Amino acid sequence: MILKDSLIAVIVLAICVIWALADGAAAQQGIGSALRLMTPLLLACLAGLYSERAGVFDIGLEGKMLMAAFTAASVAYLTGSAWLGLAAGIAGSLSLSLIHGLASITFMGNQLISGVAINFLASGLTVLVGQNAFGLGGRTPALTGTGRFQPITLPFAETLRGVPVLGPIYSGLISGQTVLVYVAFAMVPLTWWVLFRTRFGLRLRAVGENPASVDTAGVSVTRLRYTAVAICGVLTGIAGAYLATGLSAGFVKEMTAGRGFIALAALIFAKWRPWQALFATFLFGLLEAIANLYPNLDLGIITVPSMFMNALPYILTVVILAGFVGRAIPPRAGGEPYVKER
Amino acid sequence: MDKMPKWADVILTPLISLILAMGISALVILAIGESPWEALTTMVEGALGSSYGWGFTLYYATNFIFTGLAVMVAYHAALFNIGGEGQAAMGGLGVALVLLYLPLPHWGLALPAAMIGAALFGAAWAFIPAILQAKRGSHIVITTIMFNFIAAAALNYVLVNLLRPVGSMDPASARFPDATNLPSLSEIAAGLGMDWGRNTPVNVTFFLAVLACVLVWALIWRTRLGYQIRALGKSEPGAVYAGINPVRITVIAMLISGGLAGLMAINNVMGESERLVLNAVEGAGFIGIAVALMGRNHPFGIFLAALLFGFLYQGGGELALWTSIPRELIIVIQALVILFTGALDNMVRMPLERVFLAARRNKGAAR
Repeated sequence: MILKDSLIAVIVLAICVIWALADGAAAQQGIGSALRLMTPLLLACLAGLYSERAGVFDIGLEGKMLMAAFTAASVAYLTGSAWLGLAAGIAGSLSLSLIHGLASITFMGNQLISGVAINFLASGLTVLVGQNAFGLGGRTPALTGTGRFQPITLPFAETLRGVPVLGPIYSGLISGQTVLVYVAFAMVPLTWWVLFRTRFGLRLRAVGENPASVDTAGVSVTRLRYTAVAICGVLTGIAGAYLATGLSAGFVKEMTAGRGFIALAALIFAKWRPWQALFATFLFGLLEAIANLYPNLDLGIITVPSMFMNALPYILTVVILAGFVGRAIPPRAGGEPYVKER
Repeated sequence: MDKMPKWADVILTPLISLILAMGISALVILAIGESPWEALTTMVEGALGSSYGWGFTLYYATNFIFTGLAVMVAYHAALFNIGGEGQAAMGGLGVALVLLYLPLPHWGLALPAAMIGAALFGAAWAFIPAILQAKRGSHIVITTIMFNFIAAAALNYVLVNLLRPVGSMDPASARFPDATNLPSLSEIAAGLGMDWGRNTPVNVTFFLAVLACVLVWALIWRTRLGYQIRALGKSEPGAVYAGINPVRITVIAMLISGGLAGLMAINNVMGESERLVLNAVEGAGFIGIAVALMGRNHPFGIFLAALLFGFLYQGGGELALWTSIPRELIIVIQALVILFTGALDNMVRMPLERVFLAARRNKGAAR
């Protein structure tokens, strides 16, 4: 059981070690890139985790992230402050979360359809407003200086560089990332603690499995679910803001490019658990980094085209969903609006 | 007893949803400093004011009828197929393979052959999500989303590495043989001595789409299979109790759905571009969701909703051409239509039901 649970971790570490042995410098570059690429995935994945654990399916992660990326880049450009951009990103994402909450909690609508609508709303509005405000065909002007989150050098990064094995890992990979990367990683133990060690987390999980029991205990299902959807909005907001002001320098039309869906795939891959989400998103980030570094990966016997690498997260998710490698069972009340008995 | 008369359910609620969606779109246009009235007149003029506009409107509508019907058939079996995009893309591959590798002397022969290719490839792409849903309970929404991305990657690979003619830089297949090109409606009109819709892509596939509406209506409401699909959609335990095999019906419904989505490729790949290009579907698979919701999952409603979206698409293109409003406005309208007719349906329905109940109570009291 433990081996099966840590399967992803074993695969991921194996890939890293083999890569590092084959070509150390490229591996450091690639893994560093994977850490940056996985950050929006991890944040969005944890966002979806809160929402879906509370019984609200969210296929609108993509749209919320896109909206957040746009509002963050716009405000960061106009004010020159990446932090104000971050706040705007969270606000942009939260506004779509509110729509999702209204549709799926208050009006007991179809959560999947609401998610689809939110994706299109973000896709259309970002270009419409962006073109109107900046006239660059949906892009925002490039961000410079304080408009972006800059890499942070951790203490002793330089002095420890010479230490074998751990030195390059600390100074080359762990140090020198932007603050939101550290935020994303800190969210993993925090999410675990909130979900599995607090009363709120217990109730949140209960409302996703059996909302009637929570209701019977005198706790408001509506309020809990709105809280979960709001947390989801804040986290996707950070993810989008990182995309536009950390990973790249500004907003580009459709810049999320399916990341919201990869995050969703990672969530299923991780079976709705935070630590597994960390490894799943790292695996998917690693795949993207490898596809970027080697457009045609030559493994000696066969050449793997980059398209296959790009599609691999989706293929793996289907395999996991099919239940051949450990079954992925979603929260039981997921997708169902809660109707109080009258 | 129903809370509302049928006409209110079928006509009034979608209409109010549409008005809400349009109202908010008008506010969005106002917010970016343009005139909604001018936008509307530009759209009507560009999409419906000339036979040229109609030619494009009907071309887009043909796409949306197929994808809308695809969503509808699955929806009646309580399956939400959002994989129309990938299934239509795969249908395009089917069409391309048939037309490139079978020597077909005339479009009359090429059309049925290409239809089989399109429907088979589309259905095949829906088959794996269907069987996983039916046998393993894997959520079809997630698997069809994943299959959209896998289809995009697979087509990218096939076009770049396999179907691209030698020496071409463009990730697209070779042109199909001239003999297989479908007659456009303007050519038919010219044959009848009329000057209608010159240089527009609408072709004979439009009639196929109308025929498909009729056939799907007959399938769902006039055949045993259709009854089984609807029974499964209403209640799975009920259907099982009636002796319906849920695995079989789930798979069949999804195969029909995927086949219909695949058939869209006859219009855009065989009829319009006459070769397979990257991203040929251009989101029509997703618009099918809006069309099916708007059309209340009935072929006639879908036909009207497809015309509406055809109008929006063509009008949106004209808007981008003549005003400073980008064509992404259409995506916003599409999102709002999906939101109001699909997810926020109860927001419109609950107050309406209250109005009708109150009206009925008053009538009862008066008596």
